[in-house]
Amino acid sequence: MPLLPPSWAQATNRALRRVPAWPLYLLGLGWALWLFWQAATGALGPEPINTLERRYGELALQVLVAGLAVTPLRVWTGISLIRFRRALGLTAFGFVMAHVAVWAVLDLQSLSRIGEELVKRPYITIGFAGLLALVPLAVTSNNASVRRLGALRWRKLHWLTYVAVPLGAVHYVWLVKGWPAEPFVYLGAVLGLLALRLVPQRRGQGARRVPA
Amino acid sequence: MAHRWKNDLTRDDVTPRALWLNRRQLIAGVGAGAALSLTRQARAQDLTPNSLEQISSYNNYYEFGVDKGDPARNAGGLVTSPWTIRVDGMVDRPGDYALADLLSGLATEERIYRFRCVEAWSAVIPWNGVELADVLNKVGVGSGARYVAFETTVQPDVMPGVRSRVIPFPYVEGLRLDEAMHPLTLLATGVWGQPMPNQNGAPIRLVVPWKYGFKSIKSIVRITLTDRQPPTTWNRLNSREYGFYSNVNPEVDHPRWSQASERQIGGGLFARRQPTLMFNGYGDQVAHLYDGMDLRENY
Repeated sequence: MPLLPPSWAQATNRALRRVPAWPLYLLGLGWALWLFWQAATGALGPEPINTLERRYGELALQVLVAGLAVTPLRVWTGISLIRFRRALGLTAFGFVMAHVAVWAVLDLQSLSRIGEELVKRPYITIGFAGLLALVPLAVTSNNASVRRLGALRWRKLHWLTYVAVPLGAVHYVWLVKGWPAEPFVYLGAVLGLLALRLVPQRRGQGARRVPA
Repeated sequence: MAHRWKNDLTRDDVTPRALWLNRRQLIAGVGAGAALSLTRQARAQDLTPNSLEQISSYNNYYEFGVDKGDPARNAGGLVTSPWTIRVDGMVDRPGDYALADLLSGLATEERIYRFRCVEAWSAVIPWNGVELADVLNKVGVGSGARYVAFETTVQPDVMPGVRSRVIPFPYVEGLRLDEAMHPLTLLATGVWGQPMPNQNGAPIRLVVPWKYGFKSIKSIVRITLTDRQPPTTWNRLNSREYGFYSNVNPEVDHPRWSQASERQIGGGLFARRQPTLMFNGYGDQVAHLYDGMDLRENY
């Protein structure tokens, strides 16, 4: 049941075919470096370590949500961004790594503290579990891995996304004080995008049904 | 009575680093008589006070939003004049006091205090204010009063956080009477000799330097003396995480993060953590208030 006339979706897809995916990597890297530069030069305020840590974490969640939106967007509108999904996933992973690096190196500053926090703080344990779930996905986000694993096994492995992203969103909700809107917006978006995948689709209505 | 308490942080602590390093060399050259000053200088080395810019740009004032920059961005519209404080409960002279009347005749002092947020960041702040005890004595503490309750102003028109109800408002806090009467406890009206910035709790706020920052309630419009432990906002929201006492204690962790160390704001991207001090370094002055109490139970 497409929400757009199929002709619109086809026109959009035709136009998108000419857009390369590689600028997304540059954009992600550039954005991360720009934030780091701002933090180092005082533009992020008097507590740049905490601010940078949060910004990287939020960016990771934002890009992960965008990645989760690719399939529902195709199912519901016929617009396919599948060519950009690998770049989205790897960029998000990069932001997660930057987030963890700031936390470990600049914030906690010692291995014993890192170990202690991982064990004693459930929101950190959960966030770290989410990170671990992302590692095999990042490692296999290349054509060679798809060939080696075969499409079906590769796809099954990447179902880990459905574990990793909610863990990241819960990690955020769990660490804030009070009831600020933002973390709940992310959690809601993640759960909503996962729930959309459960809505049954009829075949042959313009949009191809591709489970992913 | 003013000047009951002597700062261990002094004017020297607000001196730019380069200047006191020079002075330190000078003192070292003078010899034996300088030993005392050297101790003070050594202490100053650990404590770089924060600039007004830093103090007024990294705040928790949820009425104006939850981001640390929100209060500085949004607090411009706070109406701080005229300012009336309702003093009620077990007091000899209850009433609605104009701020100037409540403070008239009281000595304003500068107090350079460590400030430790429950979120494990900290600052060193030169406050200007009067001792809360002086104000309480002025209105007359009634016999039987054992606690002091405080309430923050609610101005929904200029407070986006109040409109979105991020926590229940008005924000309320409280102290035991002996804590309130302690000479370290201030009602602050300024920072760095300037009027209190709105985002820091203008025109008048509490400062209890041995407790986590959220105890130091901002923009006070009501002071109530009572015989019962008053409700406090964060305790009501999550009593497991925020106790009534909330004394700074490196040995009792917040359930979700460690309180063993802290990082002073203003140190940049590569600032080091420093160990958090028991009672935020004011143990000599306040530990006796809690004699015989289990501080793990009464967190």
